[in-house]
Amino acid sequence: MNTLAHGEESHAGASVGTNIGIWVGLVAITFLEVFLAYMQLPPGLMLSILVILSVVKAALIMSFFMHLKYEKVSLVLFLIPATIFCLCMMFIFFFPEALRLLEMRPH
Amino acid sequence: MHDVKTDVAMESAWSGGKSPFAIGSKKLGMWLFIVSDTLTFSALLITYSYSRLTNPDWPRPFPIYPAIAFSTTMTIVLLASSLTMVMAVMASQRNDRKKTVMWMVATMVGGLLFTGLHLTEWMNMIFKEHFTITGNPEGTPLFGAVFFGITGLHMTHVMIGVIYLGIVAVGYGRGKFSAEDVEVNGLYWHFVDLVWMFVFPLIYLMSVKY
Repeated sequence: MNTLAHGEESHAGASVGTNIGIWVGLVAITFLEVFLAYMQLPPGLMLSILVILSVVKAALIMSFFMHLKYEKVSLVLFLIPATIFCLCMMFIFFFPEALRLLEMRPH
Repeated sequence: MHDVKTDVAMESAWSGGKSPFAIGSKKLGMWLFIVSDTLTFSALLITYSYSRLTNPDWPRPFPIYPAIAFSTTMTIVLLASSLTMVMAVMASQRNDRKKTVMWMVATMVGGLLFTGLHLTEWMNMIFKEHFTITGNPEGTPLFGAVFFGITGLHMTHVMIGVIYLGIVAVGYGRGKFSAEDVEVNGLYWHFVDLVWMFVFPLIYLMSVKY
């Protein structure tokens, strides 16, 4: 499905088939998550598994639907580490205060 | 000073006059917006995760049927609208204006369907199950602020996305906007979908009633 007719530096992107495949994968992971809800896992474990699966989904959406896989590497290196850095800053300076909630939990 | 060294420096991708990322400024602007919005949603969702794990009396108002089945349907609808947006962007890159507008309208229908389903759920929770932003019959009142705050902010993004799609679809159909505008619009729409991929498991699947 790639049109190379225009000689611009246009990014080819994935084919229709690949995109539909990615979509099916995303739906499958969604159903896996719903299935996990049936298993009555402890909240901490459940949260960890769900976050990991969601990060996988986010990576698929960004790589294929948002074309990041087909952009210059410099763009990826510009966007992703900066975001991760900011999130780490939140974890270091902001959320440890929230851990005090654990001490206030009724026993 | 026209020695070889400066000439090489002038030709560098970073010396100006060229896009170092080989994308247009609109697309770069949208990516920067997406990064900042990512941090907004991350702050909300991570704070929620702390509250969820530290409150043993967190309400679990969502039975597998009908609530989880309902929100799973919403997830599939939003994912489907992402796929139609991919098709719209591909059609716009082939300069197929008619098909582009058609796929964009399909995306808008998906967004509106999602918003409609979401509002139905909200109305059910507020008027039948008596969950409000300040209290609920099942547990910590924090739930209302978290649930309506996060899903409300996401729903606002979906509604803005539908309006944005409408404007770009009309403009592109009339030849006012380019394929790049459609692609930038697509980035926004996929981002809204991406956020829901975190909201759905964290808010709904962490509060299933058994």
